[in-house]
Amino acid sequence: MFPLGIEPYLIGGIVIGIGVSLVYLTTGLHATQSSFFTTTLSWISKRIHFQKERNLKERDWRIFLATGLIIGALIHTLTLSPTGFWTTSVQLWRLALGGLLVGFGTRLSRGCTSGHGISGLASLSKASLYAVIVFMGVAIVTANIVQLLGISP
Amino acid sequence: MNKKNIMVFLGGILFGFGLAYSGMTKQDIVLSFLQLKDLGLIFVLGGAAAVTFIAINIIAKYLKAPILGGDFKPRRRKVSRNLIIGAVIFGIGWGLSGQCPGSAVASLGTGNLPVLLGIAAMFIGAYLWGFLDSRNRSE
Repeated sequence: MFPLGIEPYLIGGIVIGIGVSLVYLTTGLHATQSSFFTTTLSWISKRIHFQKERNLKERDWRIFLATGLIIGALIHTLTLSPTGFWTTSVQLWRLALGGLLVGFGTRLSRGCTSGHGISGLASLSKASLYAVIVFMGVAIVTANIVQLLGISP
Repeated sequence: MNKKNIMVFLGGILFGFGLAYSGMTKQDIVLSFLQLKDLGLIFVLGGAAAVTFIAINIIAKYLKAPILGGDFKPRRRKVSRNLIIGAVIFGIGWGLSGQCPGSAVASLGTGNLPVLLGIAAMFIGAYLWGFLDSRNRSE
């Protein structure tokens, strides 16, 4: 069940939680990711969905959050990472089609693994709990169907 | 760069470091969780949510207001049809690709360039929902 052990997962999760908590306790903002796509699109699309006041207000700091995510992973890659720079073997069509569904679905659901999964569950939101159960259940079924179909990597 | 954005940036660095440390920036590891071969992801999500739970429900109550000003607002969403349908669609995409928004963006910092295609597709997906929602709202 845990071929790589539990420690890297638990320690990584705690570091993620400290990052999210630092942002919340200093600014009151929830460091969640999927809104980033919508707020960033507000720079280029005039449609009302993107021009909502909330999106315009959040679009600056969400770019700082996304940049921080990249820099943090880069620091790990250059320091503690046992493998260094790394490239996925998952096929490009899976990344593209999966990404499209992830972008659409997380915005329709108004949350992703960080929004519903971390901040939502930590806020004891019942809606987020339902969302997490649904997206995790569906993802497990999907990943197993993909595997049964012999699609790998 | 104001203080708020600096704190968001620092928190983002910790977030990204934790994602990389836990292997979540590797789509192949996420898929091995979803195929139930390595259940470690539960500890990533659980560890992150537990620490954040303490911050939101205990430390924030003690502080009363965020250190840089403003108000604490717990994250609230209403159960709705869109929330559930969106979660189903997200789940299919996650299960197909092993990518979620935070881990995909952080993955760029590991030199994983193919994920740029996935992130571009996430923007297109977010745009499609925004397009449909804008049309519904203007009708």
